[in-house]
Amino acid sequence: MSETGQQTGTAVGQAHHGGLNYLNHDRTLKSWLLTRDHKRIGILYGLTLTVAFFVAGFLALLVRTELIAPGQTIVGPDAYNQLFSMHGIMMVFLFLVPSIPAILGNFVLPMQLGAKDVAFPRLNLASYYVYLFGGVFVVTALLVGRVDTGWTFYTPYSSNPGNDAVIFMTTAVFIAGFASIFTGINFIVTIHKMRAPGLTWNRLPLFVWAIYAVSIVQVLATPVLGITMALLFLERTLQIGIFDPALGGDPILFQHFFWFYSHPAVYIMILPAFGIISDLVATFSRQRIYGYRAIALSSVAIAMLGFLVWGHHMFVSGQSAISSIIFSLITYLIGIPTAIKIFNWIATMYKGSIWLQTPMLYVLNFLFMFTIGGFTGIMVGVLAVDVHLHDTYYVVGHFHYVMMGGTVMALLGGLHYWWPKITGKLYNELWGKIAAVTVFIGFNMTFFSQLVLGSKGMPRRYWDYLPEYQPLHVVSTIGSYILGASLVIVLVYMVVSAIRGKRASANPWGAVTLEWTNTTSPPDPHNFVRMPIVTRGPYDFHLVRGLFDGNGHGDGERVPEAHVRPSPSTKETE
Amino acid sequence: MPTDGSFWMPEGASTLASTVDDLFYFVTWVSSILFIGVVAAMAYFALKYRRRTAEEVPVPVEESKLLEVSWIVIPTILVLITFNWGFRAFMQLSVAPPDSYEIVVRAKQWLWEFEYPTGLVSNELHVPVDRPIRLKMSSEDVLHSFFIPAFRVKQDVLPNRYTSLWFEATREGEFDIYCTEYCGTAHSGMLAKVYAQNQGAFEEWLRSAGGTEDMPLPELGQTLYRQLGCAGCHTVDGTRMVGPSFQDLFESERTFESGESAVADENYLRESILEPNARIVAGYQPLMPPAYGTLDERQLSALIEFIKQQ
Amino acid sequence: MATETGTVALDTHHAPHHPPHLQHHFISSEQQFEASKLGMWLFLITEILLFSGMFVAYAVYRIWHPEVYQIASTALNPWLGGLNTLVLLASSLTVALSIHFIQKDDQRKMVIGLILTVLLAATFMVIKYFEYTSKFEHGVFPGGAFNPHGAEYEVLNVPYAAQFFSIYFVMTGIHGVHVLVGMVLLGWLASRGIRGHFSSAYYTPVELTGLYWHLVDIIWIFLFPLLYLI
Repeated sequence: MSETGQQTGTAVGQAHHGGLNYLNHDRTLKSWLLTRDHKRIGILYGLTLTVAFFVAGFLALLVRTELIAPGQTIVGPDAYNQLFSMHGIMMVFLFLVPSIPAILGNFVLPMQLGAKDVAFPRLNLASYYVYLFGGVFVVTALLVGRVDTGWTFYTPYSSNPGNDAVIFMTTAVFIAGFASIFTGINFIVTIHKMRAPGLTWNRLPLFVWAIYAVSIVQVLATPVLGITMALLFLERTLQIGIFDPALGGDPILFQHFFWFYSHPAVYIMILPAFGIISDLVATFSRQRIYGYRAIALSSVAIAMLGFLVWGHHMFVSGQSAISSIIFSLITYLIGIPTAIKIFNWIATMYKGSIWLQTPMLYVLNFLFMFTIGGFTGIMVGVLAVDVHLHDTYYVVGHFHYVMMGGTVMALLGGLHYWWPKITGKLYNELWGKIAAVTVFIGFNMTFFSQLVLGSKGMPRRYWDYLPEYQPLHVVSTIGSYILGASLVIVLVYMVVSAIRGKRASANPWGAVTLEWTNTTSPPDPHNFVRMPIVTRGPYDFHLVRGLFDGNGHGDGERVPEAHVRPSPSTKETE
Repeated sequence: MPTDGSFWMPEGASTLASTVDDLFYFVTWVSSILFIGVVAAMAYFALKYRRRTAEEVPVPVEESKLLEVSWIVIPTILVLITFNWGFRAFMQLSVAPPDSYEIVVRAKQWLWEFEYPTGLVSNELHVPVDRPIRLKMSSEDVLHSFFIPAFRVKQDVLPNRYTSLWFEATREGEFDIYCTEYCGTAHSGMLAKVYAQNQGAFEEWLRSAGGTEDMPLPELGQTLYRQLGCAGCHTVDGTRMVGPSFQDLFESERTFESGESAVADENYLRESILEPNARIVAGYQPLMPPAYGTLDERQLSALIEFIKQQ
Repeated sequence: MATETGTVALDTHHAPHHPPHLQHHFISSEQQFEASKLGMWLFLITEILLFSGMFVAYAVYRIWHPEVYQIASTALNPWLGGLNTLVLLASSLTVALSIHFIQKDDQRKMVIGLILTVLLAATFMVIKYFEYTSKFEHGVFPGGAFNPHGAEYEVLNVPYAAQFFSIYFVMTGIHGVHVLVGMVLLGWLASRGIRGHFSSAYYTPVELTGLYWHLVDIIWIFLFPLLYLI
């Protein structure tokens, strides 16, 4: 069997634009920088976010290197504190929050809906530049001054003099937030108004449901971050006295404001990941998702409930016991829809036809790691236990298990899955598998040891520590090097594939959602030659003859190898 | 109910440590069982149902309402059990017994100060065992957080109001105190120790903690080095931390940020303690709090003698 | 293949009557209009949440220091505030009327409505200018520069009065920024209207800006009683 299954139809380029696709129909720089094509915007985001990810990841490696021994290893405490702050700020705001929606949502969503583009293509382009502008501000902050507040900016430390770059950071985050809002608005309207005929809500791919849920959260939560940053900015510049106790303000009020956004933010990070996992599990088990409705509705439930639990970051902050109790109870309830998803995905594999290609390996990684992340999340939601675990490495381990073991694994799986569609090329499957395994090993070494460090009492954001904690820190640091190296390997073989990978067919995975059955690899600039009419569900493999076939038109014609027959009703030129 | 340390937990030395630990282990075990179930099912299905031919399409599986309902109901029950247990334990942790012995805690960048009902102020926390202790805490600058892993207690310390926590130590010993809310450059050096002692030894310490008249100067200096938080930033073994190490410091040539240099004689040491930001050694930052002006002459001499010995 | 996706030749590039305003990724003007309105409503929801944060800050400090807030709010002039409320209400009327007129293809009356809206908005800003300067003259600044002096302002020399005015300036300030942005948008629409860009077939930007303007008005309707009257 060849690398990705039989390639019974190659459909690179097609008759509509004379063999041109969205990548090569206009190669000028201006056509890329001013594009309104959602696919190109997805790529612009993809390239920029990759840079952000590797820079922020490198900062993490510096942090881990410092922590391999107590006392100073490579940097002093002040530099260290700035390192972990920048790592957090970049990873959260410049990478994780946009990640899946901005890259894969942009690229895939309109095609899964049978649409030619998102509802507001110019707004889409604007959102990219707004994000970029915010990113530039973050870098400016680095050059102008110091930020060592952590990504959480707690007052009064962040409103005190001496953290002069906090003003730049709050501005940067404020600006970048708009990118998130614009994307969310765009996706909600696209999903509501631009579905192809026959594509009812019950026939939507679960990736679309996930994007819908996350867009709601983005629209509702991000403005609160905006006002929080604005108020912190004014606190520093005009001393308005809302958050700084020296001026009559209240530091816990800041925490409430901050977490009211930042908790839903973590659902912004994970909900799209859930969507990817659904599509991948279905395709690589060749089964309908078990409990489609449960998964769709649980995404919306998590999105809504996510707004009610922010206080679980504040159990020991000095907030009232009643508040803590209520927040703890609701936190548990969010665990239920999440658990349902895991069970449903596993059940989907039952009596399926499992194909362990690289995307599926990342699904398995996700199921392993996110489950640990979820259970450790329940653990820190237990009131009495959180008193012991709060602000220790247990929390650091927990959130890396869900954010990296969850979101990043899903992102990697999705990138490998949609790679042939995006680039028209295949990545090297052997290297894909190798990297997926080494990522698994490196990740668990790095972060499981942190769970134990934390429950043993090791606090977080510590440049120095007592010698008894060193052995586990050594394990964690070595794990981080393995993890970093694995991700570099992924970068390398993806770049090689982009330059000279093997040609991909329209549907190398035998998937049955619209982007695979009705578009070429890479797609036409307008996605579809002719508008699809949908008459079945997104995972109805049993209703499709010739799973790998397709010339991208969705005509159902079985196209022999390397032969493209233009469809009679298509006009040759615009 | 003292417990020894385990794979996950440090030693437990308070009355509530075992309650917290039991809850922690319950959640860990239930999670592990469910996790192993999930992973085993995943691995088993991936193996048993692996794709044999490229074109095979499995028959769609009938969804079982019973199964779906049970995996909603069972987790919900587990979660409610855990919540109930955690809630009760939390109430115990939150409400100090009425006859608790109260100690005032003040946090400042970057040390802890404890004030006892007798008026004694120290940088060490001494407590009698088998007696509930309530700490009334406030900060003099930014947010801090007071954490004793062995007692399983933690509470943020705020600048605009009091917060409190309580515990009852169950065995004698020396346990670590950490600051667990990021508070600036020397956050990781803001350490202290709690000494749980029997009632007699505790009262003895209270009486004599101010009186160290008989102690030789270098020994007194070493005690102060620990008590006053110097150890958080200055090592004696040469390791560089927030501040320079004391090893081989005395009579060495010091070069300053201003470009000038001087020999570290006794007057230099005195100036460094009383006016720490007057001259900063090159490569370091002006971070030492000028909080030691209240030391008396004997304490100053003691510290200087101690540093000379390193 | 009847159970699979079918395809229909539905290609707007080749449609005989292709209205110039119809963007190519939409199938019809109606879809485009509906989509645009939904998008604007979603954006307005984000604005409501942005202001909600400030309302929460106001509520929290009011609950903590009710007497100070009562005293401090007497320093604001409810007549000027009330006048501004009427001005904004009138401006909502004028913008609604311009939409009404363009729906009837009356471009001229639409432009007049828009210009009147801008003038009323400018009136609002002028009144606010006078309010702000009278505060500044008496040392009532937001935040750290708060230093009230002069006859009826001496009573403000109490703790936490500064917070009231910080919140007052931040809320009315951010609201004012939104009014200015609205003025620019409405002015631009008026100039496009003069050049005949709008008709009963296409007036989406007017509709959307009208929605935005109503939101700006509604937010003031909440600000006014909370800051001036209680």
